[in-house]
Amino acid sequence: MTNKIKIKRRNFLFTATYSVGVIGVGAAVWPLIDQMNPDSSVKALSTTEVDVSGVEPGKTITVLWRGKPIFIKRRTGKEIDEASKVDLNDLKDPQKDSDRTKNPEWLVMVGVCTHLGCVPLSNKGEYKGWFCPCHGSHYDTSGRIRKGPAPKNLEIPKYEFVDNNIIKIG
Amino acid sequence: MSEEKYIPESKLAKWFDSRLPLLTLSHHLKEYPTPKNLNYWWTFGGILTFCLITQIITGLVLAMHYVAHVDHAFESIEHIMRNVNYGWLIRYVHANGASMFFLAVYIHIFRSLFYGSYKEPREVIWIIGLLIYILMMATAFMGYVLPWGQMSFWGATVITNLFSAIPFVGESVTTWLWGGYSVDNPTLNRFYSLHYLLPFLTFGLVILHIWALHVPGNNNPVGIDVKKNSNETMPFHPYMVMKDLVALLVFIIIFLWFVFFAPNALGHPDNYIEANPLVTPTHIVPEWYLLPFYAILRAIPSKLGGVIFMFAAIFILMLLPWLDSSKVRSATFRPIYKKLFWLLVFVVILLGYLGAKPPEGIYLILSRLATAYYFIHFLILLPLLGRYEKTDPLPMSISDPVLDKPGVLDKVKNAAANYEGENVNSFK
Repeated sequence: MTNKIKIKRRNFLFTATYSVGVIGVGAAVWPLIDQMNPDSSVKALSTTEVDVSGVEPGKTITVLWRGKPIFIKRRTGKEIDEASKVDLNDLKDPQKDSDRTKNPEWLVMVGVCTHLGCVPLSNKGEYKGWFCPCHGSHYDTSGRIRKGPAPKNLEIPKYEFVDNNIIKIG
Repeated sequence: MSEEKYIPESKLAKWFDSRLPLLTLSHHLKEYPTPKNLNYWWTFGGILTFCLITQIITGLVLAMHYVAHVDHAFESIEHIMRNVNYGWLIRYVHANGASMFFLAVYIHIFRSLFYGSYKEPREVIWIIGLLIYILMMATAFMGYVLPWGQMSFWGATVITNLFSAIPFVGESVTTWLWGGYSVDNPTLNRFYSLHYLLPFLTFGLVILHIWALHVPGNNNPVGIDVKKNSNETMPFHPYMVMKDLVALLVFIIIFLWFVFFAPNALGHPDNYIEANPLVTPTHIVPEWYLLPFYAILRAIPSKLGGVIFMFAAIFILMLLPWLDSSKVRSATFRPIYKKLFWLLVFVVILLGYLGAKPPEGIYLILSRLATAYYFIHFLILLPLLGRYEKTDPLPMSISDPVLDKPGVLDKVKNAAANYEGENVNSFK
């Protein structure tokens, strides 16, 4: 009887020791893992202001934000029409054009293909929006994926119009 | 091992060896019994060791001049090429050395596939070998990023984005890998650190690979077990060492031909353009040795699916000793497997070719067919073959295939008689 109790107590002590050991090792390893996440200086560069007064209708400008290209396109009436008329059932990642813009004239998107991160080419592809040369994804005039291996629409970053000519990204 | 126990001769050697048995180890390596019928396909283990050491030495020297910073990396490579004494030579040896390393490893792997070297009792050698191969690919990929050219940058972008296909945590994993929101300076720095580390891990695995080899001993072209320390084996030194050296010399000639006459033939010219995060090159192609896997990635019309199939193409090889259920090792005695082996070689080369082509039209269709065949070979054909293939009769000993040929035995006897006769004459 006393023998049995002793074994129980020993097992408890072993388990407790292992548990504390595992927590300790975990606490020591976490800083080594987390140091690889974006550091404060990288996070500090999180907003960019862009003056878009010089952009003609139909033109796209590309600016760099957090090391990634951002497409700012001033769309023509025809392009806006095309984008808003698309039947949502035809889309791989259904999203209304009006949900992708704050002002339909200005389309602001992260210019990174959602497949494997290449930069798509403007005014190219079967849907006259963007075409990714790496693995052949086609995006429409709203930056939505229409054909090819990419799973999602081009991402819309957080942005706001500071005034009529200035867009603040981030 | 059934070798006789080694006893050092001198008193000092005995004293030392009983404290650290290095002399016993070197005796074992020298006397290690190798099958006497090993052919030149067996020399690539030694060649690969040479490649690893060459890469480590040239890499060590390059690291003395290279600067791992996005503003200076590209410049520092040009500095190595133009200003550093013999920098051009050392860098070209390192860059082409990577290609030669892979050339040798592919021959080594296909040797194993042909002669069934992965089969019982050598499964652990095979799996460690594959781990070395995976480390080699990771090291080569990160090394290719360091010059910070266009292919470096976009190759790194595409490959790291593979991890974004992981459901739920993909985004955070890629951000963690990058240390930012895109491939940038933190990424370059950590790749440099890991590129320096991984070869030493590889070296450790190579030691385990050889250790695991020395337990059962070498397979051989006939694929039957040999009796150790019989007339079927020869000591590793000098017999296999000399054979390895002959093969190594030929290999070095080819290696240096690339270094001196076509140093950029295996690289991509776009990597001499500095990295630009705003412009993607029209065709992103990895280095030639990764092309078959790249073709598989692009053959699958889904992001996650492509990534899964690409990794599966490598990891499926780990299961090979159990997928191939045939007890006969060497393809010499497996008439159907021999044909399928060459078909697999063809399909892998075809995938490599397709990986370099744009993923459209006929190239895409062929990539899909070749990818399907690759998996069918391992998952369906090999298990079926183990059951239904009628194999040729195996010889009783590794000497039989040579001695059984008509007239050979008489020739040997005559030669022996003549030799004795000469000796007898010279004594007179």
